[in-house]
Amino acid sequence: MDNQLDFMAGRVTAGKMTRREFMGKATALGVSAVVASSMFADAVHAAGPVKGGSMKAAMNGGASSDTLDPALVASEGTHAILRQWGDTLAFVSNTGEIVPGLAESIESSADAKTWHFKIRKGVEYHNGKTMTPEDVVATVERHSDESSTSGALGIVSGIESMKINGDTVTFNLLDASADFPYLMADYHLVVQPNGGKDAPAAGIGTGPYQVEVNQPGVRTAYKKFANDWDDTRGHADEVEVLIINDATARTAALQSGQVQMINRIDPKVAKLLDRAPGISVQNISGPGHYVFIMRTETAPFDNNDLRMALKFAINREEMVDKILRGYGSVGNDFPINAAYPLFDDSIAQRKYDIDMAAKYYKQSGHDGSPIILRTADGAFPGAVDAASLFQQSAQAAGIPLEIKREPDDGYWSEVWNKKPFCASYWGGRPVQDQMYATAYQSTADWNDTEFKRPDFDTLLIEAKGETDLVKRKALYSEMAYMVRDEGGLILPMFNDYIDATSDNIAGYVGDPLGGLMNDFALSRCWVKA
Amino acid sequence: MHPILKIIAQRLALSTLLLLAASALIFAGTEILPGDVAQSILGQSATEQSLANLREELGLNEPAISRYFSWLGNALQGDLGIALTNGQQISESVGSRLKNTLFLAGWAAIISVPLAIFLGLLAVRYRDRWPDKLISAVTLTSISIPEFLIGYLLMYFIAVKLGWFSSVALINDNMSLLEKLNAIALPVMVLVLVVLAHMMRMTRAAILNVMQSAYIETAELKGLSGFNVIAKHAFPNAVAPIVNVVMLNLAYLVVGVVVVEVVFVYPGMGQYLVDHVSKRDVPVVQACGLIFAAVYIGLNMIADIVSILANPRLRHPK
Repeated sequence: MDNQLDFMAGRVTAGKMTRREFMGKATALGVSAVVASSMFADAVHAAGPVKGGSMKAAMNGGASSDTLDPALVASEGTHAILRQWGDTLAFVSNTGEIVPGLAESIESSADAKTWHFKIRKGVEYHNGKTMTPEDVVATVERHSDESSTSGALGIVSGIESMKINGDTVTFNLLDASADFPYLMADYHLVVQPNGGKDAPAAGIGTGPYQVEVNQPGVRTAYKKFANDWDDTRGHADEVEVLIINDATARTAALQSGQVQMINRIDPKVAKLLDRAPGISVQNISGPGHYVFIMRTETAPFDNNDLRMALKFAINREEMVDKILRGYGSVGNDFPINAAYPLFDDSIAQRKYDIDMAAKYYKQSGHDGSPIILRTADGAFPGAVDAASLFQQSAQAAGIPLEIKREPDDGYWSEVWNKKPFCASYWGGRPVQDQMYATAYQSTADWNDTEFKRPDFDTLLIEAKGETDLVKRKALYSEMAYMVRDEGGLILPMFNDYIDATSDNIAGYVGDPLGGLMNDFALSRCWVKA
Repeated sequence: MHPILKIIAQRLALSTLLLLAASALIFAGTEILPGDVAQSILGQSATEQSLANLREELGLNEPAISRYFSWLGNALQGDLGIALTNGQQISESVGSRLKNTLFLAGWAAIISVPLAIFLGLLAVRYRDRWPDKLISAVTLTSISIPEFLIGYLLMYFIAVKLGWFSSVALINDNMSLLEKLNAIALPVMVLVLVVLAHMMRMTRAAILNVMQSAYIETAELKGLSGFNVIAKHAFPNAVAPIVNVVMLNLAYLVVGVVVVEVVFVYPGMGQYLVDHVSKRDVPVVQACGLIFAAVYIGLNMIADIVSILANPRLRHPK
C-alpha cells in the first residue's frame, strides 16, 4: 500500500493527478481523509511554488464604509485586505507556533517580563522608505493611545515602556507574559511608516503585495511588491480581493472561474459544492464557537444549579449535526479546544442528560416561569434554529424555555452583553490566555457571562507568567474546569471554517486561526502552471 | 405668459418645495434612529472611554437644529460632508457610485421602455388572441418572481453553465464601453424583466381605453391598417398615463435596485446606502436620501410636464 501511495504522491508532485483523484484513491486504500489531505498538500509542496499569474479571492465580510486603517479592521474582508499589504513583528503558524516576521528573532528575560525583538534590517516599504525600529515603537504607541479607537488597545495596554537599542526594541511589561509574541502577532499591529500616525489609511506597508486600487466594499487590487523581504511568499504577479457578501453570488463567481478562492461556504451547500467539477471544499476546525450566554450575576442565572441544569439540557451532537451539518465539533462549556496549544483533552465531555438536567433544575428551586432566551439571525448562522432545538431538548427535561427573537439591527449593542440570556458567537484567539483575558477576566469589557472570580483571575495571571509548560497546562486545565462547572457559558459547538478553492490553485494549507489560511492564502498559494 | 410656461414654472417651484420638505424629513428620520453612530462604528468592541472619545471627535454633541441648517447649506453648495466611518469625501464616493447606478439604470431603460411600449402596442393589436396572452403571461410571470431569484437563475444558467457573461458585474473606469456592457449584461436582463410588465400592461390598458373612441372607428373606416391606427391615433392620446408609469419605473431603476446590486456585486448607490445605514453613517445616509429624493421628484416632474404637453387643449389654448 505504501508503494502505491508513494507512486500517487509522485504523480501529484509531477502535476499529473488532481486532489479529487488522489483523495478518492487514497481513501479507497484505507487512508483517512485527514491524512490523505495532508499527504496531498505535502506532495504538492514538493513540486515547489510556481511564480506568476493572477489570483482573485471573493470574500464575505466587507462594506463600502470600510477603511485601510489597520486599527479599525474588524471583519473578514478587511482582514484579508490588510494581510496582503502589511506585516506584523511575528506570525502564528498553522500549528500554533510563533514564526518570525518583521522581527527576525525574539528573546525574553527569565521572568517573561522583558521582551527583546530584533528588528529585521533592510526591509523596504512600498513607498521606497526603509522600515526602522522607530516605526515599530510608533506603531505600538498609536495603538496604545488612550483616545485611540484601535481594536488592539486592550492588547498593548499591558506594555509599560519601550526602548530602542540598535536594532532591538525592548518591551517592558506590567505583568509577566509568556505569550507576549502572540499578542504582537495581532493583525491590528501591522507596522506602518511612522506607525501610521501621519496617514493611517494609506495602505503602505512591507507586505508581499502593494495596493493598486482600493474601492471599499467592492474590490482591492494589488501588484507584486518587487522588493519584498520574504521571497517564500507572493507567488502570483497580481492578486485581488473582491467583496461578495451574498453566498450564492460568491459560489457562482467561483464556479464560473471569475475567482479562485472563496470563504464562508454555507454548511448546507458544502457537500454539493464539493461535487462540482474543478472545485475543492476545504474545512478546517478552528477555535471559533457558537454559544448561549447566561449572565451569572443576574437572576435567575445567579443560581449555579439552574446553570448546570441548562448545560445538561442541550443536545450538542444534534446541534453539530443539524446546525453545522457535521462541519464542526461538540463543545464542553469552556472556550478552548484542540486548536489551542496546552489544551487538556482529558476533561470529560459533557453530554445531553435529561435526568441530570431535571435533577439540577429541581435543586435550583426555579419557580417554573419560562426562561427567556434571546436570539437573532445575526447572532450566528442558524442561531434561531439552534434556539428552537435547545427549547425542545430542555422541554424534555421539564425546563421551560421561551424564545424571544430579536432584530439583527442593534443586537450587539442592545442584547448581547446586556440581556441575561442570549445567543452569541466568539472567534478564536491564538492562545488560551488571550481568550480568557478577553472574556472571562473579572475586569474585561467583554466579560459577557459576568464571570467574576478573583481566584480565576489569580490563576490567569499566574499562568500567563509561567514559563514551565507542564505547570502552565495544569493551570489552564484548572481554569477550564472552573468555567465549565461554574461559569455562565453554554458552548454546544465549535464551528469549522469552510472555504472552497479552484483546482488550478496549489499550496492551500488549512489554518485553525481563520478561513482561507487565516487570510494568507492569496500571498502563499500559487497558480498551477 | 404662455399658460404652459406658467404651469411648468409652478411645477418647478412645487418640486423645489417638496425637495426641501424631503430634506427635513430625511434629517429628522436619521435623528430618531436608535443607537448612535459612535456605537455602530465600534460595534462589539465599544468601551465607555472609546465611545466618549469618538462622540467628541465626530461632533455628535451639538444640537440637531444647528446641525440641520449647516448640513443643508453645505449640501446646496455641493459639499455633502465626510463619511464618518472611513473619512472619505462623500461627494467623491457618491459621485462614482451615482454614475454607476445611472449607467445600469440607463441601459435597462433604453432596452425596457421601447420594448414594453412595443409589446403593449402588439398586445392591443392582437388583443385576446395568443400573442396578447403570451406577452401578458411571460411579463406577469417575470414580475411575480422575486428579482434576486431571477438573478440567481440567470447567473446559474448563463454565467455558470453557458459561460457567456460574467456573474460579477464589476466595472471600472479602465474598461471599454463594450467590456462594461458585457459586465452588466446579466443585471440589465434582470432589471428589464422586472420592470417590463408594469409598463407593458399600462400601455395596453391605456390604449384599449381610447380604442372605444369614435375617431378610432373613423381611422379604421379610412382603411388604415390595424397597427397604424394604434400607433398613430390611439397611442398619442394615451401617452399621459403611460409616461407616468414609465417614470415610476425609471425612478425604481435608480433608487430601488439594491437587491440586484448585491446579487451581482455591482458598485451602485443602493449597496452604498445600505452599508452606511447599518453603520449609522448619518452624513452618507442623508446624502443618499437627498439624491434619491431629488431623482424621484425630478422624474415625476418630467412625467407631469410631458402629460401636460401631450394634452392638445393645453398646448393650443384659445
